[in-house]
Amino acid sequence: MRFPFATARRRCYITPAMTTDLSHIRNFAIIAHIDHGKSTLADRLIQMTGGLTEREMSEQVLDSMDIERERGITIKAQTVRLDYTAKDGEKYVLNLIDTPGHVDFTYEVSRSLAACEGSLLVVDATQGVEAQTLANVYLALDVDHEIIPVLNKIDLPAAETERVKAQIEDVIGLDTSDALEISAKTGIGIDSVLEAVVTRLPAPKGDPAAPLSALLVDSWYDPYLGVMILVRVVDGTLKRGQRIRMMANDAAYQVDQVGYLRPKPTKVDELGPGEVGYFTAAIKRVADTNVGDTITDDRKPAAKPLAGFKPSVPVVFCGLFPTDAGDYEDLRDSLEKLHLNDASFHFEAESSAALGLGFRCGFLGLLHLEIVQERLEREFDLDLITTAPSVVYKVYRTDGVMRELHNPVDMPDPSAIDYIEEPWIKASIMVPDEYLGAVLQLCTDRRGEQENLTYVGNRALVVYRLPLNEIVFDFYDRLKSVSRGYASFDYELEGYREGDLAKVSILVNLEPVDALAFIVHKSHAEARGRQICEKLKDLIPRQLFKIAIQAAIGGKVIARETLGAMRKDVTSKCYGGDITRKKKLLEKQKKGKKRMRQFGNVEIPQSAFLAALKTGE
Amino acid sequence: MTPFGVYVHWPFCESKCPYCDFNSHVQDAVDQARWARALIADLAHYAADTQDRTVTTVFFGGGTPSLMAPETVAAVIQGIRDLWPCAEDLEVSLEANPSSAEIAAFPDLKAAGVTRLSVGVQSFDDAALSALGRRHDAQAARRALVGARDHFEEFSFDLIYARPEQTKDKWRQELREALTFAGPHLSFYQLTIESGTPFHKDGVKAAEGELGAALFDITQEVLGEAGLPAYEISNHARPGHECRHNLNIWRGWDYVGVGPGAHGRLALSGDGAVRDWGTHQVHSPERWLSLVESKGHGTAKRRLLDDGDRAEERVIMGLRLTEGIDRTRFQAQTGRDVLTLINPSKLAYAVGAGYVDLDKTRIAATAEGRLRLNSLLASLLAT
Repeated sequence: MRFPFATARRRCYITPAMTTDLSHIRNFAIIAHIDHGKSTLADRLIQMTGGLTEREMSEQVLDSMDIERERGITIKAQTVRLDYTAKDGEKYVLNLIDTPGHVDFTYEVSRSLAACEGSLLVVDATQGVEAQTLANVYLALDVDHEIIPVLNKIDLPAAETERVKAQIEDVIGLDTSDALEISAKTGIGIDSVLEAVVTRLPAPKGDPAAPLSALLVDSWYDPYLGVMILVRVVDGTLKRGQRIRMMANDAAYQVDQVGYLRPKPTKVDELGPGEVGYFTAAIKRVADTNVGDTITDDRKPAAKPLAGFKPSVPVVFCGLFPTDAGDYEDLRDSLEKLHLNDASFHFEAESSAALGLGFRCGFLGLLHLEIVQERLEREFDLDLITTAPSVVYKVYRTDGVMRELHNPVDMPDPSAIDYIEEPWIKASIMVPDEYLGAVLQLCTDRRGEQENLTYVGNRALVVYRLPLNEIVFDFYDRLKSVSRGYASFDYELEGYREGDLAKVSILVNLEPVDALAFIVHKSHAEARGRQICEKLKDLIPRQLFKIAIQAAIGGKVIARETLGAMRKDVTSKCYGGDITRKKKLLEKQKKGKKRMRQFGNVEIPQSAFLAALKTGE
Repeated sequence: MTPFGVYVHWPFCESKCPYCDFNSHVQDAVDQARWARALIADLAHYAADTQDRTVTTVFFGGGTPSLMAPETVAAVIQGIRDLWPCAEDLEVSLEANPSSAEIAAFPDLKAAGVTRLSVGVQSFDDAALSALGRRHDAQAARRALVGARDHFEEFSFDLIYARPEQTKDKWRQELREALTFAGPHLSFYQLTIESGTPFHKDGVKAAEGELGAALFDITQEVLGEAGLPAYEISNHARPGHECRHNLNIWRGWDYVGVGPGAHGRLALSGDGAVRDWGTHQVHSPERWLSLVESKGHGTAKRRLLDDGDRAEERVIMGLRLTEGIDRTRFQAQTGRDVLTLINPSKLAYAVGAGYVDLDKTRIAATAEGRLRLNSLLASLLAT
């Protein structure tokens, strides 16, 4: 699921258009790495075909989410219908379906790609191919796309057009003899892009007479129109007033409004085969719509749904707690509001002895987690604590029952466990060769198994199999640091494997701190346990009594730190007149204890645990 | 004899020290006779309710009570003797500053009835004295102590330590010099930065944590070896030479407090029951004076303390003493066992950690416990 921004699409325009003839439609996507110029190119294409005026362009930029602009990533679909008169004098309809392009949203990307017949592969001529680009090219090839290589930023002195072309041929196996050379920023070659889309990408196929069959590409919540659904019609027509059915969740609705996004919603009567557009149907929640679902006619349904539907499944879980316990209700309301627009994250109430009331939340990946957390903090002004992210383990118990484990706290007693399986990924990493050694070492440290290692010029492409729990730990940060930011990384989930895993509990004065428990491979248990104990030792203020901080697996202590008692805390002067003052101090100390958590004979301020989680891995 | 103290507050100083947040004021001319009358009137007001008591100790605190004219001191002491029966060995302590004028007044103060002098030396280091905003230098301090020794058998002086940039070695050296001038009693206060003081505004930092603890330990060690062990957190004396007035307050006995901002604690009978009262005089000198002159007393508030309140105070005060709390005395004063105020599991932890000694007759904080008394009290008194 993406994060469409609704306000730019609020106003509707009516165009009394007929459905377009299939041969005059081209549906395409743009595949590019962050910063390689995808958004700039998209904006150029919209501008050249007259989709938006100069002023509207800048308005649209202003409307997009802060997070997107700051991170240079697309986390909403930018879908636009362009009218283009080609050199052959014919008028064509070009539907550009922009994609989020991040590994967390791989399934959503694959559905966006499935709605198109071809892609533009945009590569920065000064940078070359990156791991993320590769992963998305493979997705496009999976859905049989025609791919047009486009070299961007050729105006820059650092552009190495020929070398990058060779790299594309080597790494991806695409013919680059008629690759386009452009500069989205200056406008060089943009007309050649539009012309290539018409002449080199195939027209969609479809049968207007067949029962309706449309792919649900995306959905979002609009405060005025309710849930809006982006579809690609494959066969038949989608009409205003039609009664449709979602095949995956078997729900039927009456279509209220049908239209194109240019990118403003523009009402029409119907969408024919090959066309891309939106409809509304009094659907209350985005959660009632599933990306990849097939929409058909309720009275005359298609014989079978389109291939490839998968329900969205969270792969990374963590606890979200308000820093101020008084914000719990606000957090719940905010999660509910966010969920209206993004049904792919899951949340349920959780109570922690160390952190109080909060929510256990599931996400499509780490970026998705960060985006949700950041939106909660920015848009809803909440100060949050995130517990260490955890993946979904499959715990096979000795009684033969398998349970998925989303929270380390729920781990059964080791004696009740037969074995545990953990998710593994296939990771592609591209890195300049000077950092290759450090990257290989990192992958090995993280239990990686090397699959492949190839060179393109002075850049290496390494493919590793790695356990996902090593990635969510701090892999991105480490990779960035050992490669000085030059490595690019992407992955796909591969499946589950048995692992020698254990739950490590962190104990303070022999009492477990639930929020700090984690699951880890036994070979890393001691080092990670020690790391957390040391951190807590620094963060917990000295108390009246000494404090034992331990990491343990079951009953076995694997790391231990002792925080000595405070050395001195006494008021020097206390005579007859000072007693009132002394009592005030005592009352203050007693009051302070309300924000403390009791661990044996000491009270530890909640802030120490918050800090332990905040400073991160 | 049941101890009963009288505290007299003299709120004036020649200058205000930058660390001090006590009720002290700088005023050019003080009408001594008028103040003496007012203090006696304030005393008479309390004497009316405490006719059955015998005064055992008097303490002149401040401010700088050595700035009182000896005649004023004499008048107030005589006033006390007129209002209450007084013990034969009445202790009368007075706080003095080491200025030459004040030193010159020592014989007259003795003649006025003062038995015990406490000199605010603060340091034997000129640079430190100037940083502390004191008007005297180390030489004046030494002269004052010689003067005090010449006229008073019982005398004491104060030092302030844990000052910014004070080292362990320098403190040892200063303690050794202090001992050469010491009488039977000494007080050592760690500098604390109180809000509202110039030190607080200027961001002055006292030695805290590890260094503060080490300086405290050095004090205990050096004074213990010199035969002046601590009988309270900041007070040291040869056995039998403690300040009886303060000792009685720490032991939970009653005292009357007169003068601006003074506090008192009185158990008074009425309606067939004895109740504990907390009294508090008006803070500002001018307002206190005009209130006494118009109403006959300077009391701002007379507050009934509930049983638990006063008992809790007695725990807070009593655990400051090396001797701790005599459980029989506590039972007599409050009608309850001291352990009823203390969280039993916290007490067990504290005893186990070596912070508290407990037996049938007394409960006391150990030296380690007294070093952490604020946290220890917060733990023990937690409900």
